[in-house]
Amino acid sequence: MTGLLETPAERRARRNHRSASDERPAWMGRQPRWATAARGVLLTVACLAVIVPFVAVVMTSLAPQRDISARGGLVLFTSEPSLAAYRAVLSGGVVTRALSVSVAVTAVGTVLSLACTIMLAYALSRPGSLLHKPILLMTLFTLLFNPGMIPMYLIVKQLGLIDNLAALILPVVVNAFNVIVMRSFFLELPSELTESAKIDGAGELRILTLIVLPLSKAVVAVVGLFYAVAYWNAFFSALLYLPSPEKWPLQLVLRTFVVNQTPLGTDELSASTESLPPQASIQMAILVMSVIPILIIYPFIQKHFSKGLLIGAVKG
Amino acid sequence: MSSGIKVRPGTVADPGTPAARRTRLRGDLAARWHRDRVLLVLAVPGVIVLVMFHYLPLLGNVIAFQDYQPFLGISGSDFVGLSNFSVIFDGDPEFLNALVNTLIITMVQVLFVFPLPIALALVLNSMLNERAKRLTQSILYLPHFLSWVIVVALFQQMFGNGGMLNEWLRSADLGTFQIIGVPELFKLLITSQVIWKDTGWSTIIFLAALSKVDLNLYEAAAIDRAGPVRQLWHVTLPAIRPVIVLLLILRLGDSLTVGFEQILLQQGPVGAQASEVLDTYVYNNGIIGGNWGVSAAVGLVKGVVGVVLVLGANRLAHAMGERGVYSK
Repeated sequence: MTGLLETPAERRARRNHRSASDERPAWMGRQPRWATAARGVLLTVACLAVIVPFVAVVMTSLAPQRDISARGGLVLFTSEPSLAAYRAVLSGGVVTRALSVSVAVTAVGTVLSLACTIMLAYALSRPGSLLHKPILLMTLFTLLFNPGMIPMYLIVKQLGLIDNLAALILPVVVNAFNVIVMRSFFLELPSELTESAKIDGAGELRILTLIVLPLSKAVVAVVGLFYAVAYWNAFFSALLYLPSPEKWPLQLVLRTFVVNQTPLGTDELSASTESLPPQASIQMAILVMSVIPILIIYPFIQKHFSKGLLIGAVKG
Repeated sequence: MSSGIKVRPGTVADPGTPAARRTRLRGDLAARWHRDRVLLVLAVPGVIVLVMFHYLPLLGNVIAFQDYQPFLGISGSDFVGLSNFSVIFDGDPEFLNALVNTLIITMVQVLFVFPLPIALALVLNSMLNERAKRLTQSILYLPHFLSWVIVVALFQQMFGNGGMLNEWLRSADLGTFQIIGVPELFKLLITSQVIWKDTGWSTIIFLAALSKVDLNLYEAAAIDRAGPVRQLWHVTLPAIRPVIVLLLILRLGDSLTVGFEQILLQQGPVGAQASEVLDTYVYNNGIIGGNWGVSAAVGLVKGVVGVVLVLGANRLAHAMGERGVYSK
């Protein structure tokens, strides 16, 4: 994206901004020592506030009973980590089932959402095309007005989606904000590319799949992450639309067994009583499993944030 | 509509007789349909979803004016005029409690939570070491991607009665610190959760605005002997003011929407008096309690007030010479 549109002067400014930023610009006076120190302390504390809970939770999920009772609660370091809690939780039963529901809903939902969003955003990226304005206004209007919880519930019920996993996906397949972000990105692509493809006889679908999409990996990755996170984190829609516990996704299991502290027994875990790892480890293992997918995807997509999101959000 | 169409060969500038114009317009429409049909087909799935799950439910708001009976449905239930709105107009105590809680939480968040990302962005922006800056950002953005269930669980584990902090305090003989499940501290608890989860993420838009500030302005200010504080006041803050105003308007539009999932998850131990907000009122009263019409009425008023607030705040921004959410 960058590099295609900028003028030489802009490129120079950007390079200066990036590479020279480790040195102090001439106009910036030397910062007083205490200011630098204060900033360092502040940011370190902020980062620790994010990291420590994760470390504690992961360590506790690996800790044996002895460590947990010695500390009374969370463990920051365990000398003999064991995967017993994960084995118990993944050996079938409530958590395993919830995990597969969450994975399936997230995968299917993200693919569907991306497809619909890309198509709608592409259709809206041609100002002047037939019905361009009404469709754009219709999309924007949904950002302004939320229909409300009760009518939404009634529609989902009317459509027969109660107790159906599709209720977690269909109502939120298209998010207007994501459409707008993607559309702004498409609008930024140089129109010469599509024009010349058209002259060479390419149809819209060909232009979309062979030219626009390969240039839009950053925004597709970011919007895909947003959708995937939304599906993975969906808690309230599941609470609302899925009355039977065997269809629960991981977030509802997490609420029941960790937030509400309902103990997990052999019924829920399908494991024998004597081999049951400590309750705290089991709870923390559920928590870790609900965080891990995000931790895995996040570093790969994080680098696209500035490129993908900001072009859409700030300029749009 | 027609302004965007390119003039094709064969299109004459002469308007001609009305009849001729009509035929040409029809031909025009057919030509445009032919040209844009693929685009329209591509838009169809998205449009269907938006109509089904945004526009149809808007119509579903008619039950706010009905004595809605689930087994009779929308078409079978009787219309009762505005009587569902009486809880609002008569000031039903439960409704008023939810309204007051909502407004207090909004106020606390606008005053204390809103400025934090701006300050954090300024600190981050002043970092010279690019790699350290990136690493800090990566860490601080992360909590935004966790669900409320996870955040609430983490807070319980860290600050709950048997949580890490209290175990540590007890082992050091310092007594305990109770914040989870204490009604008086509930608003403090949810505010700190919001800060933990979203402060880092909210800096992203301010950092983008800061990166666009013309560096020559700083140079000029430095030549005019402006120190760091005056540079901040006269260059940096004016440069990001439009973004601040924009986000403030959007936040005001959401005045009546505060942390629904977050609060619902933690309502049990603290009770409704301290924790009920409008969204939880609609949920508890409607879907759990079966008062469909009343809850839909409250939801509808809440939605309308939200739109009015956004539009009003935007007008105010225009009056103050800002661009706002949309330009005039």
